[in-house]
Amino acid sequence: MTPSSLRFSLSRATVAGLLAAGSLLAACSSDTASSQPDRLPIQGIKRTKPTSPSDTLPDPVPAFQLTNQDGKVITNQTFAGKVYITDFFFATCPSICPKMQSEMLRVYEQFKDDPNVLFLSHTIDPAHDSIPVLRDYAQRLGIQDASRWHFATAPHDTVFALARAYMTGAEKDSTVAGGYAHSGTFALVDSRRRIRGMYDGMEKSQVDQLIRDLPVLLKEEAELRQTAAK
Amino acid sequence: MSTLLLPLLRLSAGGVAALLLATASTGCFSNRQNEGASLYQAHCSSCHGTQGEGLRRLIPPVAASDYVARNRAGLPCIVRRGMHGDVVVNGIHYNQVMPGHEDLTDSQITNLLNFVQRNWGNNNEPYTVREVSELLAPCHGSDGQ
Repeated sequence: MTPSSLRFSLSRATVAGLLAAGSLLAACSSDTASSQPDRLPIQGIKRTKPTSPSDTLPDPVPAFQLTNQDGKVITNQTFAGKVYITDFFFATCPSICPKMQSEMLRVYEQFKDDPNVLFLSHTIDPAHDSIPVLRDYAQRLGIQDASRWHFATAPHDTVFALARAYMTGAEKDSTVAGGYAHSGTFALVDSRRRIRGMYDGMEKSQVDQLIRDLPVLLKEEAELRQTAAK
Repeated sequence: MSTLLLPLLRLSAGGVAALLLATASTGCFSNRQNEGASLYQAHCSSCHGTQGEGLRRLIPPVAASDYVARNRAGLPCIVRRGMHGDVVVNGIHYNQVMPGHEDLTDSQITNLLNFVQRNWGNNNEPYTVREVSELLAPCHGSDGQ
């Protein structure tokens, strides 16, 4: 096994572990473990110090500022009141990205008529993936509306820190094809910046699970809006 | 006991011989009939799709592909060395980076290309290993295996 494939499988193992932990959590809160839970678990890791003994929730997605394929600045505010799905890729990625993006495309096709579902793909190769490159990539993928699926860039440090926040492994690695090692994790984020699901974007069955999970989260979000309106 | 065992032994010996014969006769062409399909899934499907369909305007298809038919002689070097830059497949422009494959032997490239050339709407002449080795010469890509 080469070091790169080892690293890749390691990160996949981490993801698998977290996913397993996630489903355990889900099983606890649900009466029928096998059926779809009526509420998705809150996932992620707590890295910050708790502010009180009851503060046990994972860290929310940090504040960010990125630029999308239209050259528009996007921040957490861009996703306010919406749920979104993230991944990490780069335009010249010769290994897992096309498969990953074709799976993401499957989710997009299912929910493209729902304005409450947005998509956010981060490039981990900002030096190459300029805004015109990202726009070309998005259009070749068939995404004309940047406000629904953002292909975003930011300095390396920002992107790698965000990758950690979204529970994806991404780093520079000259030993792998393309120069960057990253996992194909999709993270589902709710309107309160919490990760509600992680899925291996290379596995059709897990992406199918994401497609089943999204309506569960959307229902919760709709109820939240109703409560807030009262 | 031994009289009972003997015919059994003969039978199994006959079976082994028949098996050897079968292996030897398929061996004339290739004793790894499905190698092309499994190599495709391992090395190509992530980009070109599990059915060779490609990905929108990002990755060209290898299924029912005019490029595969027209560039028969150039394909071994593309697999070995990869390619980049503009390429037109079935009338559509693509521009992506394809990595090379230093880890495949000439015979593996042969089986892989033959799988593509004979499937998914492609109906082109298969290669022999010797032919692929010769076609790999211009890009210094033949490993002679």
